[in-house]
Amino acid sequence: MPKVTFHHDGGRADVLDVAAGTSLMRAAVHEGVRGIVGECGGQAMCATCHVYVREPYLAALPEMSEDEDEMLEDTVAPRDPRRSRLGCQLVLGGDVEEIQVDVPSTQV
Amino acid sequence: MDHVVIVGAGQAGVQVADSLRNRGFAGDISVIGDEPVLPYQRPPLSKDYMAADGDPGALPLRAERFFTEQRIDLRTGVRVTAIDRGRQTVTLERGERLCYSALVLATGAANRALPVPGVDLAGVHVLRTLADAEHLRAALATARSAVVVGAGFIGLEFAAVARKRGVEVTVLEAAERPMARALSPTMSRHLGAAHRDMGTDLRLGEGLTAFRGIGGTVVAAVGTSGQEYAADLVVVGVGVCPRDELARAAGLAVDDGIVVDERLRTTDPNVYAVGDCASAPGAVPGTRLRLESVQNATDQGRRVADALVDGTVGAAEVPWFWSTQGPLRLQIAGLGRPDDDAVVSGDVAGGRFSVFCFRGERLVAVESLNRPADHLAARRVLASGAHPTPVQVTDPRFSLKDHAKQFAVAS
Repeated sequence: MPKVTFHHDGGRADVLDVAAGTSLMRAAVHEGVRGIVGECGGQAMCATCHVYVREPYLAALPEMSEDEDEMLEDTVAPRDPRRSRLGCQLVLGGDVEEIQVDVPSTQV
Repeated sequence: MDHVVIVGAGQAGVQVADSLRNRGFAGDISVIGDEPVLPYQRPPLSKDYMAADGDPGALPLRAERFFTEQRIDLRTGVRVTAIDRGRQTVTLERGERLCYSALVLATGAANRALPVPGVDLAGVHVLRTLADAEHLRAALATARSAVVVGAGFIGLEFAAVARKRGVEVTVLEAAERPMARALSPTMSRHLGAAHRDMGTDLRLGEGLTAFRGIGGTVVAAVGTSGQEYAADLVVVGVGVCPRDELARAAGLAVDDGIVVDERLRTTDPNVYAVGDCASAPGAVPGTRLRLESVQNATDQGRRVADALVDGTVGAAEVPWFWSTQGPLRLQIAGLGRPDDDAVVSGDVAGGRFSVFCFRGERLVAVESLNRPADHLAARRVLASGAHPTPVQVTDPRFSLKDHAKQFAVAS
C-alpha cells in the first residue's frame, strides 16, 4: 500500500497507508491530518491543501496543470517554486508508492 | 458556563465549531445535525461522486477524531424541534434540552419542491444529501436516458457527468437560457452551446407539466409545450429554499432567510445565523444578500466565531463560486446582474475566456471559463478596488493577472 508522511512544525509527523488511487488531500482529510483543509472537495479551486513535497519525491510526480499552477500563486503560506503542490492533485499509486511532504503552518 | 450550540452540521456549522477552537474558545460546543452520518462535503456529490470511477465514500468535512480531540459534542441524526429564547434552550426531537449561552443557526437550505403530478413516482430524484446521492448514483449505473429539470448548477453538473457515462440526457429549463440567475447572458449562452456539444438535448423555454409513470415508476417527463421526453430517471434541480422554519417559530425576523446584521446576529442578540439560511446586509446599503456557496458558509462561519470570541467581525470576503461541468471549469468572483455591461476577454472559440461584468465604470464580477488565472486575479482585484476600466479590458493584450500585480507593486 502506498505510504504518505505529513511532517508538521516541531518534528511531529503523521504516517498513513493509503489505497492506490486516493489523493493526498483525501487521505489527509479522512484521517484528520492537521493543516490539510480541502475546502473545495478536491477541485483545485481553493488552495487549502497546499503541501511542500520533500526533494527525493519530486521527480515521480505528475506535471502540474494550469489550474494547480495558478492556484499555487494564491496560497496563504508562501509558494516554494520547486516543492509546492496541491494535495488534491497528487494521487497515490503508480509511480508514487511513497511520498513525504511538509505541511504549511497555515492554509486559510 | 459558556456553551455554544450550533444547529446544522454542514459546511457552515462545522466551520463555526472549528474556528471557535482555533481562536481559543474554551467553553462547551455542541453541533447538532439531522443527517445520520459524519458531516461531509456536498459539492462533490453532483460531480466526482457520480462519475463511473468516483469514490463511493463521502468526503468528510473533518475526520471523526477531530471532533473528539477538539472536545466538540457532535450529535448526528438528531433534529432540533424548538428554540426557547427566554430560557436559552433548544429542544431535541427526543425531548432533551440543551442550554446555550449563544446559539448559531446553520440550518442550510432545502430543495424547492416541484408541485406537479407524478413527482412522487419512483425514479424521480433530487440531489442534496448523501442519501439522495447514493440513490441517484445507483440508478445512474443502469440508466440509459435521463431528464434533468432545471439548468442550474446541480442540473448541469449532473447532466455533464451523466453524458460522460453514455447516458442520453435531456435538460428542461423554463427560462430562456441556462444558469440565468447566476450568469451573464454571454457566459450563459456559451455554456448552453457547450452542453449541446457534449450531446445534451437542452430545451430552453420548456417548463415541466407532469411526470408520467408505469407501475409507479417514471417513464417520461411532459413539458409545457406538450412534448414528452422519455426517461429512466429524472433529476429535479429547481433551486432551494432557506431552512428558516425553526427561527420563524421562535419569533426571529425572517425574510427569504434568517435576517442577520453585519455581525451575523439575528434579532435576538444571543442567536446568530450563518451560511445558506442567513440573509445578511449586502454591500449596497439597504440591500440584503443570501448566498448559497461553500465560500460564504466558511467565511461567515469564521466571522461568527470572531464575533463570539472577541466581539469584533471583519468585512465579508468577495464572494466566489465554482462549478465543474465535464470539460468546463467555471469560476465566478463577485456578484453580477444580467443587466451589467459584459466585456469578453480571451479565447471564446477555444472555450478559455472571461466575462467582465461592469456596472457603469465599476467592475462588479468576473466569470471565467477555463481561465483560472483570471479568476484568482479577479478575487484580488475586487477585494482591493484596483479595478480595470472597460476600455482597458477590451485591449486584446490585457491581462487581469498583470493588472493585479502592477497594482500590488504600486501600493
